[in-house]
Amino acid sequence: MAEVHGLGYSMKRKEDPRFIRGKGNYIDDFKLPGMLHLDIVRTPYAHAKIKKINAEKAMAIPGVLAVITGETLKQYNVHNMPTLMSDTQMVLPLDTVKYQYQEVAAVLATDRYKAADGVAAVEVEYDPLPVVIDPKKALEPGAPRVRDDKPSNHIWHWEWGDRSAADQAFAEAEVTVKQDIYIPRIHVSSIETCGCVAKWDSVEGHLTLWMTTQAPHAIRTVVALITGHLGLSEEKIRVISPDIGGGFGGKVPAYPGYVIAVAASIVTGAPVKWIENRTENLAADSFGRDYHITAELAGKKDGTLTALRVKTIADHGYTDAAANPSKFPAGLFHICTGSYDFKSAFVEVDGAYTNKPPGGIAYRCSFRVTEAVHTIERMADVMAHQLGMDPAEFRMKNFIRPEQFPYKSALGWEYDSGNYAAALRKAMDMIGYEALRKEQAEKRARGELMGIGLSSFTEIVGAGPSHTFDILGLKMFDSCEIRVHPTGKAIARFGTKSQGQGHETTYAQIIAEELGIPAEHIKVEEGDTDTAPYGLGTYASRSTPVAGAAAAIASRKIRDKARKIAAHLLEAAEEDLVWETGRFYVKGSPDKGKTIQEIAFAAYTNHPQGMEAGLEAVNYYDPPNLTYPFGSYICVVDIDRGTGQVKVRRFVAVDDCGVRINPMIVEGQIHGGLTMGFAPAMMEEIQYDENGNIYGATFMDYLLPTAVETPKWELGETVTPSPHHPIGAKGVGESATVGAPAAIANAVVDALWHLGVRHIDIPITPPKVWALLKQHGAVLEE
Amino acid sequence: MSTHHVKVTVNGAVKEADVEARTLLVHFLRETLGMTGTHIGCDTTSCGACAILLNGRAAKSCTVLAVQADGGEVMTVEGLAQNGKLHPIQEGFMEKHGLQCGFCTPGMMLSAVALLKQNPNPTEDEIRWGLSGNLCRCTGYMNIVKAVQYAAEKMKTQ
Repeated sequence: MAEVHGLGYSMKRKEDPRFIRGKGNYIDDFKLPGMLHLDIVRTPYAHAKIKKINAEKAMAIPGVLAVITGETLKQYNVHNMPTLMSDTQMVLPLDTVKYQYQEVAAVLATDRYKAADGVAAVEVEYDPLPVVIDPKKALEPGAPRVRDDKPSNHIWHWEWGDRSAADQAFAEAEVTVKQDIYIPRIHVSSIETCGCVAKWDSVEGHLTLWMTTQAPHAIRTVVALITGHLGLSEEKIRVISPDIGGGFGGKVPAYPGYVIAVAASIVTGAPVKWIENRTENLAADSFGRDYHITAELAGKKDGTLTALRVKTIADHGYTDAAANPSKFPAGLFHICTGSYDFKSAFVEVDGAYTNKPPGGIAYRCSFRVTEAVHTIERMADVMAHQLGMDPAEFRMKNFIRPEQFPYKSALGWEYDSGNYAAALRKAMDMIGYEALRKEQAEKRARGELMGIGLSSFTEIVGAGPSHTFDILGLKMFDSCEIRVHPTGKAIARFGTKSQGQGHETTYAQIIAEELGIPAEHIKVEEGDTDTAPYGLGTYASRSTPVAGAAAAIASRKIRDKARKIAAHLLEAAEEDLVWETGRFYVKGSPDKGKTIQEIAFAAYTNHPQGMEAGLEAVNYYDPPNLTYPFGSYICVVDIDRGTGQVKVRRFVAVDDCGVRINPMIVEGQIHGGLTMGFAPAMMEEIQYDENGNIYGATFMDYLLPTAVETPKWELGETVTPSPHHPIGAKGVGESATVGAPAAIANAVVDALWHLGVRHIDIPITPPKVWALLKQHGAVLEE
Repeated sequence: MSTHHVKVTVNGAVKEADVEARTLLVHFLRETLGMTGTHIGCDTTSCGACAILLNGRAAKSCTVLAVQADGGEVMTVEGLAQNGKLHPIQEGFMEKHGLQCGFCTPGMMLSAVALLKQNPNPTEDEIRWGLSGNLCRCTGYMNIVKAVQYAAEKMKTQ
């Protein structure tokens, strides 16, 4: 008999055998008979009128079949589409382009080389228009207007908290600090770009869409809503999300290329493939961050924090295509009181249009939690340093205490559980905090620059309870359907979609724990809207908190039925049966029992009269609350006074994500998350010049960390189970990306504070540090 | 566009086809031969998702023309396992959780095989430098390093 391998077991991943043999099924691996290839013409201008599109030369190329423009799509009224925030995004423009690399036209050809030839041969005449790139300038009177259909570049104003209470606390404060913080535009850059294969069956009137999506069910509904007027109703649409080569939020939105491919397949009757190249991926897909923040803290001289005020300008590009719960245009940014017990807080955000690509989604953390955490954790250090307090002591003094949970924050969240001091103490012990401070003092006396940075973050994941959370009206539940076969093996299907998180393994382990069926006997499937139950998908660390919970609840429904069957088989009363993993036995007679496999067989061969045959269950889980993972990170840096180079010498990460299902996978998630925290802290930024030309549209300009730059992570854990999650788990995928940048930035400022440096914006590049050293007379001249 | 007849030994089997002069080796492998284990992640020879062995050395197949491989020997991820037995590097990636989404994995494994050929006993830093032409967005490289160390150890005893 195989082992059960339930919670806490580092089971080797069930998905690996195909991946290590090169047998994954990624989108570009699909090849259908008669398949055509779509490639896209993009604008070199960030804002321009399109005077003319001349397709003559392109159409003369053998193998080029069609050049599709906005006018073509307008005939079917699919030239525009709604964004997830109910704004409007052009699929293809009728007359104006709004950012560099925006789609202008599409070429359909018999192979990808000919499609590219066609793109090169399409002639477009433009009339350039004034460009606005800086969102602050965009909001000034007289700024070039990005949108003709909107009164100004101001998209929305959103505020949360008690402004007057916060203002009063600031008026009465003994100490206040204020800091501008810019969190730049970055890009998830999953190694697989986006793409799709659309296959229209004109006889059945049915569309199959294989696509790189983290949320196949929501996408199907959106496609039905966009194309419903063409008769493409939801039961005639099958969205299949195959193996996904990394998502990190970048594969949540619907991009124009998908829609054009669908339209092209419907018009031609042939399957159509569209695969982005890397430049298209970097320059036109959704970005993360781009928040211009001004934050203030108020407190007492003894270091007690009292109030927080945050004012932010959010750059959304030319349309608000963020993927936020619809009630929250700035996502969950109001988690920005972090791990600290504030009496009052007020936060406001203004969204701005600029001539940049749309988005504001994710970078391994959607919903703006990274922006919130970076703000509060940077500010905690600013305040501590201002008061001359040790940043660890300052945090310990202000943490929400374990006995305060469930804790209602000043901005209205109910934190489910936490023990922040324990995580920080553990991180301090692991890294040898006191000894490092001593070393730092000695080095500083010698003129050497060493810094120690802390970040004690609180995460907020598992969106979310239906009373508060929806996307385009769709409530943010998720689902699991389990079917136990007669021989005691099972298949389980989910509304989520793994992009590397290992769902095929971890979901099986949850069910194994609950039912005692060995995890290796449980097949997990996701991503096919024809077979999987409806769910909102995988992003924002919601799979374990929501779909994982659904797996446990569905398993328990099955166990309830199994108890009835067992009672029938054992001729005992249900209440006299005792459950142990994988087996019911009669109380007092441990030998007299039935295994789950025997019960499963009976469910199909010998079930009680009057009971439905079979052994299956489905659960749509509506979480009662979000989960609040947390952790404390400590980073040690050494700075080269000659070059401004920052070296991360050590990085200790203590994470608390509640109960860990598969420790190996959790640690892998944290390694990856830390690296995607290190990346924007040290290397990554997408910049634009004043004309809207993108810097960073290739991997030669947009620098991802390699194995050489990436620090060697040191992990620790504490376990504070979520009190409301069926197995006590919280999310973990994005925690480390949320928490790491502040630890690194704090370490750098910690190394430089005595020189007069108060802040440095990420990414912390050698030129930036060198300029600060120069400004403060600390460059080592040889 | 001129077409050329190319003959390449891929994973020990001779493969022949007529290709356009501009056909990239990675497209020859993926589209002409249908061997989709080798992936494409960028257009600038930066990410290494398309790494293969060409005449025994690691090469990024998005930056090699199929005609340049004419007469040569190519090894791809599909050729790592022999007679159903996994290559130590494949075992290492699975044992040490060296992959998550799996997209960079084939290129990463081929680069690692090339590294271990040149240097059967690499230090951790040598492994990190040896794989610095391959990007992974999921794992943070820690477990990839362990996977290569596992393979190095295993290959010593074989």
